[in-house]
Amino acid sequence: MYQQNNTTNFNLELNFSFDNERPIYIQLVEQIEVMIISGKLPPSSKLPSVRELATRARVNPNTIQRALLELERKNLIYTERTNGKFVSKNLARLVDSHEEYIKNRVAEFVVEMHALGLNERELIKIIKEGKKS
Amino acid sequence: MTNHKTKIKESKSTSVNKTPLLEYRDVSKSYGDKTVLENINLKIPRGRIVGLLGKNGAGKTTLIKLANDLLQPTNGEVLFDNKPISIESKRKISYLPELTYLDKTMKVHEAVAFFAEFYHDFDIDKAKELAKILDLDLNKKIIKMSKGMQEKLQLILVISRKADLYILDEPLGGIDPATRDFILDTILSNFDTNASLLISTHLIADIERILDEVFFIDDGKVVLESEADTLRQKEHGSIDEIFRKRFRSYSAMKPNHT
Repeated sequence: MYQQNNTTNFNLELNFSFDNERPIYIQLVEQIEVMIISGKLPPSSKLPSVRELATRARVNPNTIQRALLELERKNLIYTERTNGKFVSKNLARLVDSHEEYIKNRVAEFVVEMHALGLNERELIKIIKEGKKS
Repeated sequence: MTNHKTKIKESKSTSVNKTPLLEYRDVSKSYGDKTVLENINLKIPRGRIVGLLGKNGAGKTTLIKLANDLLQPTNGEVLFDNKPISIESKRKISYLPELTYLDKTMKVHEAVAFFAEFYHDFDIDKAKELAKILDLDLNKKIIKMSKGMQEKLQLILVISRKADLYILDEPLGGIDPATRDFILDTILSNFDTNASLLISTHLIADIERILDEVFFIDDGKVVLESEADTLRQKEHGSIDEIFRKRFRSYSAMKPNHT
């Protein structure tokens, strides 16, 4: 039902947006990952309940469950029995996944630019020029 | 004909309780020599939101009416919790029909009271709370309300029951897109994970995100069943796109009926 938001110990807006083209749970994992890496969901903070996340993201609770399972597998979150799910305390691990995240995004970007006919040297040149302006 | 059916195996093995909440076993329905449903086999486990997707006239409403004891199958059987559909199963299924059955001379609060009297699992406080949130005036006569408002009322009544299975037949038809979002929110925030929800619709884009599983129905047959995310992954597209593509090619491939 329309419960008050009392399951989280922080007060913030978690905004999700999805395209329907890719599995929703994968997009959820990616977006929660970004929230964790960017500190929007800080280490040790409690995650909203499955139901709350489902309502906020407007997706099925089972899909949320599946995404959380995946995040747990990646050690980004952990479960405290009877207490809920929390963002991992281990910062080093978060930094690892931060780097992994950046590498993946850059790799995707480079592949996309290759497809547009740009080689690495041209790309680097454009990035440097972009920085100056 | 039978090779139309595509089955995509689920990759995970989650559900513990293997008894499906609702099951269709080799169900066919015909009127004279007109076959409306042909050899339907469906299983809906607990805790799932399932989409019954098909064009108008594909057989969705007939399929739903069979589960609500409004029609009898010509062949096969429909089981609820492993027992044939009966008065007992009707008590545990909350059904939103495609067409309204409310007495429109009633006021909203009278309709709520009527439901409370009729269904033991009806939560009157919840209904009133939802009516308030959705801006329905309890003292207004149903006949004086817009079509969208009437549909909202009907949906409130249906989801205020504490049922095992909710069956919503085209719940979004006459409702504007802004209210659609609100209704989806209402469905999601009220969804009890021990229950299941079966939604029939042809407005797939609006609803596909909340679905666990989809069944495509065409011409009285189940032509595809899959977990929603598995299907997206496999076909690299939205359920809506996959649906459109599939039915385009189907109508092109279909031999002429006489």
